[in-house]
Amino acid sequence: MKSWEKTGRIIVFTALAVAAPVAALAGVKLLNVSYDPTRELYQEFNGAFARYWKKNSGEDVIVRQSHGGSGKQARAVIDGLDADVVTLALAYDIDEVHDKARLIPENWQKRLPNNSSPYTSTIVFLVRKGNPKKIRDWNDLVRPGVAVITPNPKTSGGARWNYLAAWGYALKQRGGDEAKARDFVARLYKNVPVLDSGARGSTTTFVQRGIGDVLLAWENEAFLAVNELGKDRFEIVVPSLSILAEPPVAVVDRVVDRKRTRRVAEEYLRYLYTPEGQEIAARNYYRPRDKKVAARYAKVFPRVKLFTIDELFGGWRMAQKKHFADNGVFDRIYAAGK
Amino acid sequence: MSALLSTTEKVAHAGATLRGISMKFFSKNRHNVLPGFGLTLGYTVFYLCLIVLIPLSALLFKTATLSFGDFMAAVTAPRVVASYRVTFGAAFLAAAINALFGVLVAWVLVRYRFPGKRIIDALVDLPFALPTAVAGITLASVYAPNGWLGRWLEPHGIKVAYTPLGILVAMVFIGLPFVVRTVQPVLEEMEAEIEEASACLGANRWQTFYRVLFPVMFPSLLTGFALSFARAVGEYGSIIFIAGNMPMVSEITPLLIITKLEQYDYAGATAIASVMLLASFIILFAVNLLQKWSRRFAER
Amino acid sequence: MNPIGGLNPKKERKPGAELTEPAPVRWLLITVALAFLALFLLLPLAAVFSQALEKGAEAYFAAFSDADALSAIRLTLLTAAICVPLNLVFGVVASWLIAKFDFRGKSLLVTLIDLPFSVSPVISGLIYVLLFGLQGWFGPWLSAHDIKILFAIPGIVLATIFVTFPFVARELIPLMEAQGRDEEEAALVLGAGGLQTFFRVTLPNIRWGILYGVILCNARAMGEFGAVSVVSGHVRGSTNTIPLHVEILYNEYDFVAAFAVASLLAMLAIVTLVAKSLVEWRINRDRQPAPGNE
Repeated sequence: MKSWEKTGRIIVFTALAVAAPVAALAGVKLLNVSYDPTRELYQEFNGAFARYWKKNSGEDVIVRQSHGGSGKQARAVIDGLDADVVTLALAYDIDEVHDKARLIPENWQKRLPNNSSPYTSTIVFLVRKGNPKKIRDWNDLVRPGVAVITPNPKTSGGARWNYLAAWGYALKQRGGDEAKARDFVARLYKNVPVLDSGARGSTTTFVQRGIGDVLLAWENEAFLAVNELGKDRFEIVVPSLSILAEPPVAVVDRVVDRKRTRRVAEEYLRYLYTPEGQEIAARNYYRPRDKKVAARYAKVFPRVKLFTIDELFGGWRMAQKKHFADNGVFDRIYAAGK
Repeated sequence: MSALLSTTEKVAHAGATLRGISMKFFSKNRHNVLPGFGLTLGYTVFYLCLIVLIPLSALLFKTATLSFGDFMAAVTAPRVVASYRVTFGAAFLAAAINALFGVLVAWVLVRYRFPGKRIIDALVDLPFALPTAVAGITLASVYAPNGWLGRWLEPHGIKVAYTPLGILVAMVFIGLPFVVRTVQPVLEEMEAEIEEASACLGANRWQTFYRVLFPVMFPSLLTGFALSFARAVGEYGSIIFIAGNMPMVSEITPLLIITKLEQYDYAGATAIASVMLLASFIILFAVNLLQKWSRRFAER
Repeated sequence: MNPIGGLNPKKERKPGAELTEPAPVRWLLITVALAFLALFLLLPLAAVFSQALEKGAEAYFAAFSDADALSAIRLTLLTAAICVPLNLVFGVVASWLIAKFDFRGKSLLVTLIDLPFSVSPVISGLIYVLLFGLQGWFGPWLSAHDIKILFAIPGIVLATIFVTFPFVARELIPLMEAQGRDEEEAALVLGAGGLQTFFRVTLPNIRWGILYGVILCNARAMGEFGAVSVVSGHVRGSTNTIPLHVEILYNEYDFVAAFAVASLLAMLAIVTLVAKSLVEWRINRDRQPAPGNE
């Protein structure tokens, strides 16, 4: 009995000692929970913001980063990861932070300009040097013998943008006929040999493993792949029509109120909209919202006709429910294919 | 502090109750002079509850939030059933391959002498020690069409990476040590006399192996097979990098659990997870009964 | 029978001609076995090092000077330092119970101890989310008291303990079963106390088994990816372990650094294997009767 109590006591003490919160270091710490492709962007932006904040308030701020698939990251925040700000791939994931955990108000997207997305991107094609399969537009992706690399839309936010871009193109081409759009997308996915679980996995499959003729990718990812992994090996093809991808950002109210970091967290997101922040976004191949900065980078970003998710799909919640939920259009495409 | 102490006492009290209950349940059935039955049983059950049973029960409770109809719908959806087929099918095949080559490797390691034998013997444990993600990335890079092996297989129309074959390769990799390490000790313990007797009675080598050695080895081989199978069924990290993950074709069940989670469908995820948990439990329970049986077999 | 690995007391066999196969068959079997191992084990191992050293030794070592890499290594060492002793104590206690006593429900108990072994890592992570997540059983209470378990070190430690739970016990149970109870019973009859019996009689018999179990448990604790990935939160420089850091580097297209850090784990695997061989060699030496003693 005695030894039993002792054992119990030791276990409880050990657990408490380990679990005890580490004493806060001087200065403020923010945690930005983001999705995969923004690593380079926020690495640069966090440094700039720390200098800006030090100058304006005299306070040191350290911004720590967590990256991963957008849905997985949102889930971590829902389950209690102490994110001061979330900067994710699509609004649906931040909606879930409201729906599942009430950590933010429902109208979060109205709190910052431009649907709370300080930068935008779009979906482009990455092809092998010289474009041997002559891929110019979405129509070429459904040709027999063209292998298309895109991640699984059920597990990857970027892949959902890819899917919706293809669907939107088909819908506009075929005069709004849903059945035809569905057929087009089904044919496209017949050409997909590998469904990686995340966007970066797909890039690796295409670039490192040499599989596929074309990679559907975020514009910024395509630029990064070309610059980091070989200008002489890949080129970017911009389709005639694509989707305006708006990666949103939000302060997580429940967390910043508990940690008393609201002021700096809000300023962090606002700084993304300043010319300095916009400049950094543009340098990392995100399309800036600021007109002046956009004009300076006009040569980098090719002009594309873009449609938004609201105009063609009625917003993310509708798109998610119809296309990506269990037994949604995507599942039925695969169920019918077999 | 006093609150803490009372918590401690509660824990201790709960522990004592637990020990009492568990001693009733797991009653000792033979007189034994060795001390510490109560203490070790209490501690084992306590730690087991803390680390394994309470967490796993959370899974079952979450699953119980589903109605029976929803549960059945979640675990019998065509895509989920297809993933069982892929997972259990590939795991079964992998375990079979491992059984065959595992016996061969064990045989060679025990019976023959050749240079570098010690190193090879040690190498067998590599899949235990190498992190699964590293194993997956590495296997994918070796078997991809531009990899060391894929380069040679591709012209012959054999695609390994990003096909169901890739799943098989990863499962063989992680499961191999189980068969080797269960069969090896049995081969080592085998007495030379029975082989001599068999030879004296006029059997040739093959007959001796097939009629005399194999039956002795068989229980341990089954054990190795089942463990290799159980491990392969649950494997995730190494497989997703090499599988291709095509729905209905090369999608494994653990990936579907992740997919459900991506859709914030916790209950659906836990439903599939509890089916897998039940499968692991049944497999392992069978293994332990097999071991009991094989021990009795050996004692006879 | 032992699923995790074997403590194989090796008996040197010198079979006569009638007890072995003809040389060609022998060499054929050896060749096939070695080819299989080369294909499935050696080649992947070589691939790790080849890709890590692709850009020379300088790039290789640069991967370890990164602050995030160092923090990942620290966290991994800390995790292993907590998990291994806890599972060691449990392993010794549980194997004493199972090897020295007969009781009803033993098969069930052994199966439950084995269970974490075959539970998918995805599930092992998920259960802690269900327990300690903000939407889980204890989440709201923990959050109100500002105690962090999930997405912090305790969560990582718990998931690792779960995954490595059976290793020491699984190693010791067959060993202690094989040794039987006679020596302990004799010690007790001669008047030794329970603890004295354990420390003087049992422990010396199982020390190499303990060491071997610890080695494997440690290797798995340091290498666990799936379960830890679910509970870590992936905060750079804070909750990333070595395997998670490898994934991050890989996802940043920094392949050399990714494989360099991975090679650290592969090296750990090799060190483990060497240590294991040493242990086995010691066991065999201890088992061999001293010369002139027979």
